[in-house]
Amino acid sequence: MIKRLAWAGLVLLSAHAAADTPASLMARYAQQAGVATSALSPARGEAFYRSEHSGKNGATQSCASCHTANPKQAGQTRVGKRIEPLAPSANPQRFTDAAKVEKWFRRNCMDVLQRECSAQEKGDFVAWLSKGV
Amino acid sequence: MNYLLRGIGVLAAVGTISMLAFSLPASEARGDGGDDLMPRPANKNWQQECSSCHLAYPPSLLPKASWQRLMNGLDQHFGENAGLDPATQADILRFLEANAADNGGSRMGKRVMQRLDAKATPLRITETAWFVRKHDDVPRTAWSRKSVGSAANCAACHRQAEQGVFDDDTVRIPK
Repeated sequence: MIKRLAWAGLVLLSAHAAADTPASLMARYAQQAGVATSALSPARGEAFYRSEHSGKNGATQSCASCHTANPKQAGQTRVGKRIEPLAPSANPQRFTDAAKVEKWFRRNCMDVLQRECSAQEKGDFVAWLSKGV
Repeated sequence: MNYLLRGIGVLAAVGTISMLAFSLPASEARGDGGDDLMPRPANKNWQQECSSCHLAYPPSLLPKASWQRLMNGLDQHFGENAGLDPATQADILRFLEANAADNGGSRMGKRVMQRLDAKATPLRITETAWFVRKHDDVPRTAWSRKSVGSAANCAACHRQAEQGVFDDDTVRIPK
């Protein structure tokens, strides 16, 4: 009986754990962009992260505005709350939940670029950050 | 097998008795709001989603109509896109409405409503007359300190804000 309970628990746990990884997200974005995963470019991802855009109020902004120039460091929201590091090497929780990743791409791309990001841009971005940065 | 069942039975009995014994006085001690503003039971989506950018502000600090306006404009949330999927958004709004200043029956909510125009639907807690009056002894320069950031950053001074505690003796204004 204990054995059966333990198995049931294990099955539940593994079904619950998010199955996504940086690699699976890269594969997904590459497929959406219609390119091979090997065609994703960490260098382009880094340039994208650092590129400045003129915001709604005239001030320039980039991903680094909130996430800092070094994605292994914690950033800060506009209200002053800590943002955990973006780089999986500093924060293993990153890129393990596709729905969460999509939610934040949608929000932050609209804020910084005033448009949604393309699948290629997202793939490059994850490729750079998961490289160890 | 029998031992296991008996064990579970004992655990369940002890658990039920202790829950009965401790939960009643605890909720009474908290009173109807008291100075602990964390609604119980808290809503998981409210806690998780709101607090990813700022403190999950207590629902009792704004009336129902304010929360409705706010939650229907998340794509432009004080200059930022805070859009949610419709199910999560609806779940959080239900929770905010149920515990709103004019709905939750809390002492805190009554204080906020006392000073609020009946038709007013402020979007910022910091704009309510209750908030302004409550903070009128805070030097103006303190709000703009780098360590504070803005008046929206409750936890900069209210060190136990995340636990719903805003008592004066938990306040420390950073330099």
